[in-house]
Amino acid sequence: MELTLWTYEGPPHVGAMRVATALRDVHYVLHAPQGDTYADLLFTMIERRPARPPVTYTTFQARDLGRDTAELFQNACRAAFERFRPAALLVGASCTAELIQDDPGGLATALDLPVPVIPLELPAYQKKENWGAAETFYQLVRALAGPHAPPPGTKRPPRPQGRKPRANLLGPTALGFRHRDDPQEVEKLLDLLGVEVAVVAPLGASVADLARLGEADLNVVLYPEIGLPAARYLERTFGQPWTKTVPIGLGASRDFLREVADLLGLDPEPAIARVAPRARWWSLSVDSTYLTGKRVFVFGDATHAIAAARVAREELGFEVVGLGTYSREFAREVREAARAIGLEALVTDDYLEVEAAIAELAPELVLGTQMERHVAKRLGIACAVISAPVHVQDFPARYAPQMGAEGANVLFDTWVHPLMMGLEEHLLQMFREDFEFHDGAPPSHLAATGPARPRPPAEPVPAAAEGSVRWTPEAEKELAKIPFFVRGKARRNTERFARERRLPVITLETLYEAKAHFGR
Amino acid sequence: MSPGCADAPIRKERGQREVFCGLTGIVWLHRKLQDAFFLVVGSRTCAHLLQSAAGVMIFAEPRFATAIIGERDLAGRADLDEELDRVVGRLLARRPDIKLLFLVGSCPSEVIKLDLARAAARLSRLHAPAVRVLAYSGSGIETTFTQGEDACLAALVPTLPEERRAAPPSLLVVGALADIVEDQLRRLFEGLGIAPVRFLPPRRSAEMPPVGPGTRVLLAQPWLGETMRALEERGARHLPALFPLGAEGTTAWLAAAAAAFGVPEGRFRAITEPGAERARKAVERQRPLLAGKRLFLFPDSQLEVPLARFLHGELGLVPVEVGTPYLHRAHLAPELALLPAGTPLVEGQDVDAQLDRCRTLLPDLVVCGLGLANPLEAEGFTTKWSIELVFTPIQGYDQAADLAELFARPLVRRTRLVA
Repeated sequence: MELTLWTYEGPPHVGAMRVATALRDVHYVLHAPQGDTYADLLFTMIERRPARPPVTYTTFQARDLGRDTAELFQNACRAAFERFRPAALLVGASCTAELIQDDPGGLATALDLPVPVIPLELPAYQKKENWGAAETFYQLVRALAGPHAPPPGTKRPPRPQGRKPRANLLGPTALGFRHRDDPQEVEKLLDLLGVEVAVVAPLGASVADLARLGEADLNVVLYPEIGLPAARYLERTFGQPWTKTVPIGLGASRDFLREVADLLGLDPEPAIARVAPRARWWSLSVDSTYLTGKRVFVFGDATHAIAAARVAREELGFEVVGLGTYSREFAREVREAARAIGLEALVTDDYLEVEAAIAELAPELVLGTQMERHVAKRLGIACAVISAPVHVQDFPARYAPQMGAEGANVLFDTWVHPLMMGLEEHLLQMFREDFEFHDGAPPSHLAATGPARPRPPAEPVPAAAEGSVRWTPEAEKELAKIPFFVRGKARRNTERFARERRLPVITLETLYEAKAHFGR
Repeated sequence: MSPGCADAPIRKERGQREVFCGLTGIVWLHRKLQDAFFLVVGSRTCAHLLQSAAGVMIFAEPRFATAIIGERDLAGRADLDEELDRVVGRLLARRPDIKLLFLVGSCPSEVIKLDLARAAARLSRLHAPAVRVLAYSGSGIETTFTQGEDACLAALVPTLPEERRAAPPSLLVVGALADIVEDQLRRLFEGLGIAPVRFLPPRRSAEMPPVGPGTRVLLAQPWLGETMRALEERGARHLPALFPLGAEGTTAWLAAAAAAFGVPEGRFRAITEPGAERARKAVERQRPLLAGKRLFLFPDSQLEVPLARFLHGELGLVPVEVGTPYLHRAHLAPELALLPAGTPLVEGQDVDAQLDRCRTLLPDLVVCGLGLANPLEAEGFTTKWSIELVFTPIQGYDQAADLAELFARPLVRRTRLVA
């Protein structure tokens, strides 16, 4: 039994729903009690989908348990097929139905429906949402593309002369973080190499599209959390290679072009030269100088966390002080990425642990999920969201990919905007003693109407907690002159400095010694 | 002949239900009972449901959580009692401010027949006197949405203190109300000279109302069948009334108490008329927009019948179907009498069939849950999502206009947006 306040991932059948909803013509019959229908609102409210997810719930009740829940399931299957006429039917159980062991797969197969029936075994008490999505996609691909597989051991015939190489894009689903926009950017990248997109799946694909996945020359795995098992299956069965680089950020986008070119025997250089996001110059321009060494904490699913850490370091000049993920299936990859930059990865799905890590590291920017956004808000730290779990805000009306050239621009804007602009920060520092600029002053555009807040008194010295040190009034006053957005960090650093040196009192001298010690 | 729909047949429908389970009640119950904690014993789905339903309240460490049953628990490799004791111990150590802990049963805990009542008794002994532990079921195989509150309050009833033998009759208002509504009603009862007046649930667990044969109960919500039954077992008496929605509903609701406590007619009018008049005037402003509009209510919170009565009686809407997850005939009798005769009443749900009827009837306004609202809007319907009716203060005179406005807003919006 595990005590959970908030979770990063839903149950595995929600992952299956994300795949079913992404596809155009499948229906999912889920053996589940009525409460499980809440999952519909994830799609209709958070993602604002204009149609209900293609899911029929059996909504069995306590009084059904003594009778025939199996018959209830079969009736629901039959009715769903008659009403929705899907090209394939997914069947499975949610956590409660798993306990009553009705065997949805067997029951649905026995109905002898004229379409493929794909049973899903998603152990709800062991696995989570992303695993459920990956398993569902894999089962679909196996069932629908599998019948078109060449005999084992057949060598893949060479691409016909004069035909452009083709790639499938695997992994985007409904309710994914910017899955709606990423494929379009990746298609642009591939186009630079002269590579055509064959099928994007599951998002927007039909059952017929899944059946022809084996025809492409290459699989691009956009989101390994979801697309990897299917890509591995296609490699084993059809001999299709697949890409390991996720093109988030300029560097990764260029590496991605190199990888694709290498797999297909093309020259990447002309394409690489043409990937030139504005973000590159934005980062070089002088207003960005102040971004140098900003301390950043990164947490998300493995794909987005690893990518964000690289972009933060290499393309924005930040210092990554923490890196973690809730994707236990990809813990190894995240640990490696963290080790490469001298960090110990935080692998956990307990948001309280993540909160503690953020509080301890006191970063200037958090790149995380909606959970970290709330944590950062509470701690007064700037934050940008880089990964699922998603929120209605993560489905902007505008085009906002994370991948490719435009993705690099989106990352620059969304990560830098929560921070103070360079010139603004500089002016605030210069004029921090100014009567209109002090921390308590209302924004200048509200000065006429806003309440003229009195200049706040210096922050009170926190009561001498365990192991804490005392501040002299002078040092405390000096601390108050430091801009509010770095004051907390200055206080913590100074106190740590004093504690480590067993100084009972922090004087002006200590404050500046600490500043010199921690200064970068 | 009986008036309205008092004896009307109710069609029972069976099929896919598109409603929340009783766990959802935790979202408002934990705001009301300020020193209580709700621990769901369930699955990751339960945790995900609560998070999705209560996503907006993430700012504070919530006073609800899920003890997620894992493979080890199910395979019998872990002792469930020991596991629960450990989880509760950890929770209470972290939250010393908690005085009342509810173990909330879920679908999985019901199916594996985990005896949470027994666990609660054991944990209560273990953590007495600092914390009291109670159990109820919010499972979706037994409860629908607002029934979770009914189950929670019904679990509280046997623990309520015994009213003193010689105590004069007292009024108990049952059902979670927003604090502001509670305060308004308290002032009205004071004006009427009705005392003592108590509320269940109270804001703090130390303020549990006593109950006994002198207790007269006004239900503030239509979903409290089990709670009322439990109160009757303790000798309390139900005061049948309309629910306090709209001017008419609020007056009738107060009148039921006034009659039971012998409030003189003149005093009743003097106290209630200003509020009622204010409410009528404010509601009237929305009438031109809403009168004659055809209304379809999907089943959601059990508020559907009182809402239809208010929308028909005070705003002139015409209900073309009133769906409700469960209809308590006795508690809703005064409401049903005021619905226009022939209104189709449907209990339970077969969501696809119901959507077909909605598409055939082409109502002007559809009241439905969050899973259906956007898809219906995309088909061209104007909808009011119903969960807001549970989370927003809508009872009493001074909320009547807000309630009317909730239904007017989607229609106004349609007229404002240029095609």
